[in-house]
Amino acid sequence: MKRLLLILCLLASPLWAVEPDEMLADPVLEERARDISAGLRCVVCRNESIDESNADLARDLRLLVRERLVEGDSDDEVVDYIVERYGEYVLLRPTLTGSNLVLWLAGPGMALIGLGLAFGYLRSQSRRKAEGEAAPTGLSDAEQARLRQIMED
Amino acid sequence: MIVELGHFTLILAFAVSIFQTVVPLVGAHKGWPEWMAAAAPAASAQFLLTAVSFGALTFAFVTSDFSVALVTANSHTLKPLLYKITGVWGNHEGSLLLWVLILTLFGAMAAWFGGNLPPRLRARVLGVQSSIGVAFFAFILFTSNPFLRLESPPMNGGDLNPLLQDPGLAFHPPFLYLGYVGLSMAFSFAVAALLEGRVDAAWGRWVRPWTLAAWLFLTIGIGLGSWWAYYELGWGGFWFWDPVENASFMPWLISAALLHSAIVVEKREALKSWTILLAILAFGFSLIGTFIVRSGVITSVHAFANDPERGVFILFILAFFMGGAFLLFALRAGAMEAKGVFGIVSRESALVLNNVLLAVSCFVVFIGTIWPLLSEMFFDRTLSVGPPFFNAAFSPFVFVLAVALPIGSVMPWKRASIGRAMRQQLPAAVLAVAGGLLAYAVFTGHSAIGPVFIALAVWLVAGAVVDLFTRTGRGALGARLSRLTRLPRADWGKAVAHAGFGLTLFGVAALTTYESEDIRIARLGEAFDVGPYEITLTAVREHEGPNYIALMGTVEVARDGDLVSTLHPERRFYPVAGMPTTEAAIDNGVSRDVYVVLGEPQQGGFALRTYIKPWANWIWGGSIIMALGGLLSLSDRRYRVAAGARRQAEPKGVPAE
Repeated sequence: MKRLLLILCLLASPLWAVEPDEMLADPVLEERARDISAGLRCVVCRNESIDESNADLARDLRLLVRERLVEGDSDDEVVDYIVERYGEYVLLRPTLTGSNLVLWLAGPGMALIGLGLAFGYLRSQSRRKAEGEAAPTGLSDAEQARLRQIMED
Repeated sequence: MIVELGHFTLILAFAVSIFQTVVPLVGAHKGWPEWMAAAAPAASAQFLLTAVSFGALTFAFVTSDFSVALVTANSHTLKPLLYKITGVWGNHEGSLLLWVLILTLFGAMAAWFGGNLPPRLRARVLGVQSSIGVAFFAFILFTSNPFLRLESPPMNGGDLNPLLQDPGLAFHPPFLYLGYVGLSMAFSFAVAALLEGRVDAAWGRWVRPWTLAAWLFLTIGIGLGSWWAYYELGWGGFWFWDPVENASFMPWLISAALLHSAIVVEKREALKSWTILLAILAFGFSLIGTFIVRSGVITSVHAFANDPERGVFILFILAFFMGGAFLLFALRAGAMEAKGVFGIVSRESALVLNNVLLAVSCFVVFIGTIWPLLSEMFFDRTLSVGPPFFNAAFSPFVFVLAVALPIGSVMPWKRASIGRAMRQQLPAAVLAVAGGLLAYAVFTGHSAIGPVFIALAVWLVAGAVVDLFTRTGRGALGARLSRLTRLPRADWGKAVAHAGFGLTLFGVAALTTYESEDIRIARLGEAFDVGPYEITLTAVREHEGPNYIALMGTVEVARDGDLVSTLHPERRFYPVAGMPTTEAAIDNGVSRDVYVVLGEPQQGGFALRTYIKPWANWIWGGSIIMALGGLLSLSDRRYRVAAGARRQAEPKGVPAE
């Protein structure tokens, strides 16, 4: 019974990420294949690249990437080939085109705005200091009275 | 019976939370002391009721009461006791109950330790805190009741997801929730201050320990989560920029900004409205995190409970609290004028820079996380935003932050000189350059980013040491060293936390740049080399666990002919859940981890993956040190002064401890 379960286990267990039999003999090509597949999303998984996914489809894509590389495609050509078939969704690094510019420029843009606002604030601060503005105590009359009472106690 | 008791106390807690929202807030508004005073006992009662409810659910899990639907869905009699207990929060309903348990715990702690707060502020804080409770009790009772019974209980349950049957589940979620929910205190203080219409140094002093506590729990929670994802296969490694990971990282970034800006409020009475805004945002991001994890709107490897309807409920909660707080902020923030004035170059401005960098980096993470959603909604483009984007867009902020931190940390308040600060940090800079060059020389042929970030890490750690040492003033070395021990704990906390950040950065830089990997078919008894190590798969045999069966490999790791470690990677199968898992075996070390994964049997051998992960443990070691810094700072005398003063006022008669 236990042995039967174990056999079942082996049958049911997933292939885990890159398998030795998928790998290319040429280490340079294999390295390129790994780099490319780390940037491609497995379309049936939750959020994994094909390089680390154990889904059958991911395996097919890994083999496809290697096939194209062996046939002499450049890295970009391989990626374009996959994107053509599976759509933009497979790219883990969104392209720098069209509406995606908003995504890529949001960070630097926000940093500029933030630094600008901060600098404006700091300058107004230091200008106030130059004017020697007296700092208000911020206490209401009732609180002033209470303060006096505490001091007298 | 006990389950019904838990259900009943949960309903009672809901009722108390409504009472605690209405009565103290009305009392504070009208100035009725009795109504305000009702808040504290109500907070204690709310916590106790929720604790009983949580205890009842835990009891149902431990005794495997399969008449409870949740237990049936997530437990099994054969499951080890540890996972029966942790299974309580290994699902949507139970984890929400843990969420409100911690929420009411924080409310109760504010009631217990808030004796030095002005009564009106205290009533408002507890009232606002309780209003969050109202929303979440309603959420649990109306959409996610953990106490629902089954009409015909099955003989046994469906077992917990095998991936979650790990000690990580015992610690990671509770710490994470302590962090997430701890930020509700900062939120309550912020809203209470807006209702009061004033923010002063005392407010800064009261809100900071809560933020610090939330931040340090969040740091530990994220660190544990990252470690868990590191050794659990299929979760993308120690950090994957997965939406759920980002959901915890965003409140962390904002709370880090908040606890720095609260220093400025406390010491210098400036940046008040900004600090209030951060306090609101920090909790807002906690709620967004809750939404992301539970709604299923954004796909993630870590989400286990996905239900769009519940997502809508959380979205309403989020809209209500954020909308209300921002409205209040817009009405009242103008009244909070800054008092302290300072120069363009000063510690204040350094902390402003810190806040800008942390807030903008949080914004980058936020937009990257929700971009797939926005893009599909508005531009009809279905796309993914993955680690390559975040690495490219986030790292520059870490870089600038790390460069500026040691210089800013030695600047004095009010007025500083960049030149002087840089002269003070010269020894750290020299060490940093040396460290970077060393890394470059030792690991030739890798990306140049590694040495740069390693240099920054050295700069941070050495900079923290310099910072601490400059605090001792002038004089002979011996006198300065002895003064070192008498520095306020807050100074130590600051230096330790900053050094911890440096260590984490070091671990991340070293691991991502210098990791090496070997994938091959290993035949029994045949040795092969990976880096400096000789790896041999000596045996593969069957192994039976409490609720799984496994194939267990024996892998010997040797270096220069000496056995370093014997590892046992496994391939498990959980019959009840019908799910296989792969368990990596790791030899942990200071300077490297050897990480072995057993794969399929093929061609007379087994697929075997071996990784050498240099300096990996420093990532989490650094996080723990960061949290330790927070703890040191939290234990600073100034937060205990008020408590001590109150104790002295009490009638004496009991001898001092």
